[in-house]
Amino acid sequence: MSAAEQTILSADDYVQEMLRAAEAQSTVSALNRRSFLKLVGMAGGGLALAFYVGDRATALAATNSSEQDFAPNAFLRISPDGSILIYAKGPEIGQGVKTSFPMIIAEELDADWSKVRVEQAAVNPTVYGRQSAGGSRSIPTNWDQLRRAGATARAMLVAAATKEWKVAASECTTESSNVVHAASNRRLSYSELATKAAALPVPDEQSLKLKDRKDYKLLGKRITGVDNINVVTGKPLFGIDQVIPGMQYAVFEKCPATGGKVGEANLDEIRKLPGVTNVLVIEGTGKPTEVMPGVAILATSTYAAIAARRKLKVNWDESSASKDSWSKAVADAQKVAKQNGPDSLRNTGDVDAAISKGKAVEGFYTYPFVSHAPLEPQNCTASFKDGAVEIWAPSQTPDSALGLVAGVLGIPREKVTIHQTRVGGGFGRRLMNDYACEAALISKQAGVPVKLQWTREDDMQHDFYRVGGFHSFKGGIDGSGKLVAWSDHFITFSQDGQKPTSGGDLSPDEFPALLLPNVRLTQTKLPLAIPTGPWRAPRSNSVAFAVQSFLHECSVAAKRDHLEFLLEIMGEPRWLDQGKEFSLNTGRAAAVIKLAAEKAGWGKALPKGRGLGLAFHFSHAGHFAEVAEVSVDANRKLTLHKVTVAGDIGPVVNMSGAENQVEGSVVDGFSTALGLALSYENGRMQETNFDRYPLLRIPHAPVVEVHFIQSDYPPTGVGEPALPPVAPAICNAIFAATGHRVRTLPLSVDGFKV
Amino acid sequence: MRLQINDKEHVVDGVDESTPLLWVLRDHLGLVGTKYGCGIGQCGACTVHLNGAPTRSCSLPVSAAVGQRITTIEGLASKDGKLHPLQAAWIEHDVPQCGYCQAGQLMSAAALLKQKPDPTDADIDAAMNGNICRCGTYPRIRKAIHAAAKQAHE
Repeated sequence: MSAAEQTILSADDYVQEMLRAAEAQSTVSALNRRSFLKLVGMAGGGLALAFYVGDRATALAATNSSEQDFAPNAFLRISPDGSILIYAKGPEIGQGVKTSFPMIIAEELDADWSKVRVEQAAVNPTVYGRQSAGGSRSIPTNWDQLRRAGATARAMLVAAATKEWKVAASECTTESSNVVHAASNRRLSYSELATKAAALPVPDEQSLKLKDRKDYKLLGKRITGVDNINVVTGKPLFGIDQVIPGMQYAVFEKCPATGGKVGEANLDEIRKLPGVTNVLVIEGTGKPTEVMPGVAILATSTYAAIAARRKLKVNWDESSASKDSWSKAVADAQKVAKQNGPDSLRNTGDVDAAISKGKAVEGFYTYPFVSHAPLEPQNCTASFKDGAVEIWAPSQTPDSALGLVAGVLGIPREKVTIHQTRVGGGFGRRLMNDYACEAALISKQAGVPVKLQWTREDDMQHDFYRVGGFHSFKGGIDGSGKLVAWSDHFITFSQDGQKPTSGGDLSPDEFPALLLPNVRLTQTKLPLAIPTGPWRAPRSNSVAFAVQSFLHECSVAAKRDHLEFLLEIMGEPRWLDQGKEFSLNTGRAAAVIKLAAEKAGWGKALPKGRGLGLAFHFSHAGHFAEVAEVSVDANRKLTLHKVTVAGDIGPVVNMSGAENQVEGSVVDGFSTALGLALSYENGRMQETNFDRYPLLRIPHAPVVEVHFIQSDYPPTGVGEPALPPVAPAICNAIFAATGHRVRTLPLSVDGFKV
Repeated sequence: MRLQINDKEHVVDGVDESTPLLWVLRDHLGLVGTKYGCGIGQCGACTVHLNGAPTRSCSLPVSAAVGQRITTIEGLASKDGKLHPLQAAWIEHDVPQCGYCQAGQLMSAAALLKQKPDPTDADIDAAMNGNICRCGTYPRIRKAIHAAAKQAHE
């Protein structure tokens, strides 16, 4: 096998490697929960706290570190002028962390929120720990860190006040950026105390008292995004808005089929076109996660580069490129659907016996490849000079990009500086940093600073797609109408023939496997060369459609009410993975299912052609149940009137942000289920822009009603878990309204339209 | 070429006449609030006003904008910095998620309110249909437009 062929076959290895790197960052943080705060000297006085995590924290604690070990970056700064500056450490991709992270610090600090300013922190994982946005993990992995950062500062300000007043700390309270001694009716503002507090020792973390939830003044409230003023006035926040001195504008043409290499190209003709400053053949590293081969055109403006590219003719060497075909994959899957797959994922009890004794139900489900399609197409600005590179990137994983870019350029990691910009949509696409690697390498090879701009067509042709797949189900209902057997032959894709491609795996514990006596999960892997990756609520976004729809088929076959049927499966309240607070809890599940049903008026009388559908899914530590209300007319014109959502993610940090995420998840879930699909032939995506990839528009967005059960479990993320139940809730509602069972997404395949 | 943008005259030299207005705004004039999303007039992220009418700047050659009155998101607030009622409503209702589409959404909504100060839901559907929000903030966009309209009445 040639090196190129190896690259193609194992493209997914690089995706998995990227994800492991991101995961490693959060593991470090999790292991070192016992965080460590240090004072940082500030010109002009004031209190600043730098926050150490990871191995460095252990080292500092052990060595009784000296001044020069102090980090240049801080979590928060309180200035004698009364302003409080909080650095938001994570990428803002629309999930709201630039607001929610500072809210957590401000709550424990008892800061006056109206005086808080927020800035994006520098990308420096040594100081800040995990600095990535993915897996709905921003809140759970940073919750303790951020609370302690705020509580430490508060304790030092109180200590400064007690020194002043010669009273005990226990007699003091804090409110709205003031320390108060009620007994003597005295108060000192944080600004008055800042410089004095900075001279005090940092308290032992164990001595910190964190607030009870009932005492929260800021958390749980609806707080508008800190950057909204800049968004609505068109300020240059995004990656695409960055401008650096002397930069040239670059576009980069790669083979539309993954793995193609540059053969002949009319480079001399392109070099002569107006505005073109350079044309380069980039060999790249051969990894889709880094730099694939292509032709870079540099010009004096974006449009000059785009216009020149339209005249570019490249004969691609496709001897080792993807030849994948979606239509062939569908035919292959249908051929093996009736049998079990060669891989056994789970085999408990006796499925066949249980089915033969009762009522059998069967269903074959299909869902397509989809694109992330963030509205800001990939881009990156990079300046390589004297063996170092400076990058402005709209990335979800700037922390792991540091090492990745260094590797591509062949320079040490310390020579890479990344500036985190606001990100115009992530959805998992920007867990990868290919655009950053490309910009950095083009800048190095061209010898000038560049802004690399992908077109929409680039973005849709060079994605790490949500992988399509197939589920061939059998269910068994016993004489009492109870679901007793569950069989799923999952047909997915693999790049190496060994393991499923990223986002295309099925957990042996996938719901409802742990709750039924007889379960058989098997798997077939079809070959694939096109790169895939995490797409909002990876795995769950497709598995939930199939599982929750087929469960409804089972309850219909059993002539049971679906609400009661689902609750019966949940059984007694318990953790499915005992002792793990981030596993499914059947009590929490039942609670959200009941609440969604109640709020949606489950069981109410509806006119002909109108129906309710219920679905539940647990993912990203969030329990979500949703009820969709639809109407369908004789021509299959579909109206999604309303989706009622009940979720349990523990305490809600920013109610406005959390509701916005749920509303957006419902719209995204409907948009994708309704009309989004990528087909590919000869390794090429057939849909490359929004004219053939019809994202939902405002007239068809449903009313979304959101209810949270604010339990006292640790808070978890909300960017993803509300999405998976949307599609099956809608499909189950369509069945209720029409008797038509949707087994293939998107809905447009069956002729549904809005 | 002379362009009248946000009540100010700009001179642009050395730009091919066929260049879409979008890229002239962004690359030549530094007005980057107007966004590139699709390049084919499908997403609305590039919406500006041409003589008050919402226009997709990605599909308008700059030569066609000469002599016209152009307004971009940078010119939506009044000269003294007072936000347009829609901008204030967007903040009040915490509309944005990633925020990338919102300049285009605001420009379409502002043109709507000029024409119909008290729009119905159907008016909003018609006027905002050309603007995609990938994050799905449509329910809030609708609320904020109604709120801004109501506030202007009071």
